[in-house]
Amino acid sequence: MKITVTVNGTDYPRVVEPRLLLIHFLRDELGLTGSHWGCDTSNCGACVVWLDDIPVKSCTVLAVMADGRRVTTVEGLASRSRLDPVQEAFAACHGLQCGFCTPGMMMTARWLLDNNPDPTEEEVREAISGQVCRCTGYENIVRSVLWAAKHDGGQA
Amino acid sequence: MQVPAQVEYERATSVPHAIALLSRYAPGARVLAGGHSLIPMMKLRLAQPEVLVDINGITDLRYIQRSGHELRIGALARHADLLASPLAGEHFAILHDAERVIADPVVRNWGNVGGSLCQADPSEDLSAAFAALKGSMLIAGADGSRQVSARAFHTGPYETVVGDAEMLTEIRVPIRPGSGSAYLKVMRRAGDWPVGAAAAAVWLANGVIADVGIGLTAVGASHFVAAEAEEFLRGQRADATAFARAGQIAAEHCHPVTDQRGPADYKRHLVRELTTRVLATAVARARGPASSKGLAR
Repeated sequence: MKITVTVNGTDYPRVVEPRLLLIHFLRDELGLTGSHWGCDTSNCGACVVWLDDIPVKSCTVLAVMADGRRVTTVEGLASRSRLDPVQEAFAACHGLQCGFCTPGMMMTARWLLDNNPDPTEEEVREAISGQVCRCTGYENIVRSVLWAAKHDGGQA
Repeated sequence: MQVPAQVEYERATSVPHAIALLSRYAPGARVLAGGHSLIPMMKLRLAQPEVLVDINGITDLRYIQRSGHELRIGALARHADLLASPLAGEHFAILHDAERVIADPVVRNWGNVGGSLCQADPSEDLSAAFAALKGSMLIAGADGSRQVSARAFHTGPYETVVGDAEMLTEIRVPIRPGSGSAYLKVMRRAGDWPVGAAAAAVWLANGVIADVGIGLTAVGASHFVAAEAEEFLRGQRADATAFARAGQIAAEHCHPVTDQRGPADYKRHLVRELTTRVLATAVARARGPASSKGLAR
């Protein structure tokens, strides 16, 4: 089936099987390997990307469902000249250890701050509650998101 | 690596179009809404449809609105929509209670109300909530729409009355005076399916329980309903003794099974305790904000 998905502002026309998952479309068809493919059961959140500006778990969405829609991945967070404050925060606060959950965590964090620029710690924990850090490094992830909120009001 | 088997894909642009597609491919077609249950089942070959009919483009099925004395929820309303809806929360606090504990915020962004109900998982939270509220489901087919009580919607685990060439389009909940409602769920970790959960809606008149709905999730209650406990409560004074007795009756009449989430006797204990508590919260809410402080969660 012929589809066109707009990923990080670029249109990608491709012919895909209907059963192809969005995460594999991004990684294997487009070479955008920033989004990680984790549990495959919509539990871990490593694959979170934005679909029409809303975070979703891309292991449980078909690529054909994204036809004609906008997808934003972690590769789309930084501008040409600088990292997004959320990315800076993860560096500044040691928000990543092995880095596997990081892309999904950052996409959800960016979305949280866009909608709630000054979240409480509890709100941060709730926002990432569907995402698993296999290093169990949640303290620093939460700290990173709160750091991002304090810098530039979290706005890129 | 888990991938679904080969499948055809059609995109419906309207309800009649979806019905036509489902009719054409019946019984091999399945409606694809959020897909957050269907796609994992396809990966495991627990579901193997020949054709997926994607209804996400039918955007006019995504609404939450009041029409007369009813709350109407479009089948494509996302879980996040229901959780964020002041209208739903104002009339039916139970829906916000339940949505707050359904999966996680990211799943709630894409999973939707109609899909959850049609999936008919015995552990699904909204089924018990709508059963307690005595809502109904509007099902569209080739010959028009029919309305089915929420309590007659499910015919068994993963089974509903929705036919191969039909689709759920709307959920309707009557708005009646003197009502309060609540949902309480015990789960092993954030976002998990329930070990057990209870739903209650009460309608008070002169301090007496004029009508009541009690729903139970994941504990083998027929149609998600604790019918015997409801029968006992109707006409009773709304007090702690009555709630406790209703909890006892609900526990006696449900059929939980031992599984990886817990032993049957523990689940039965949960039913008694959760039913008792959820009734108290629902009644407190029915009496007004002043008396329900601190009981909501």
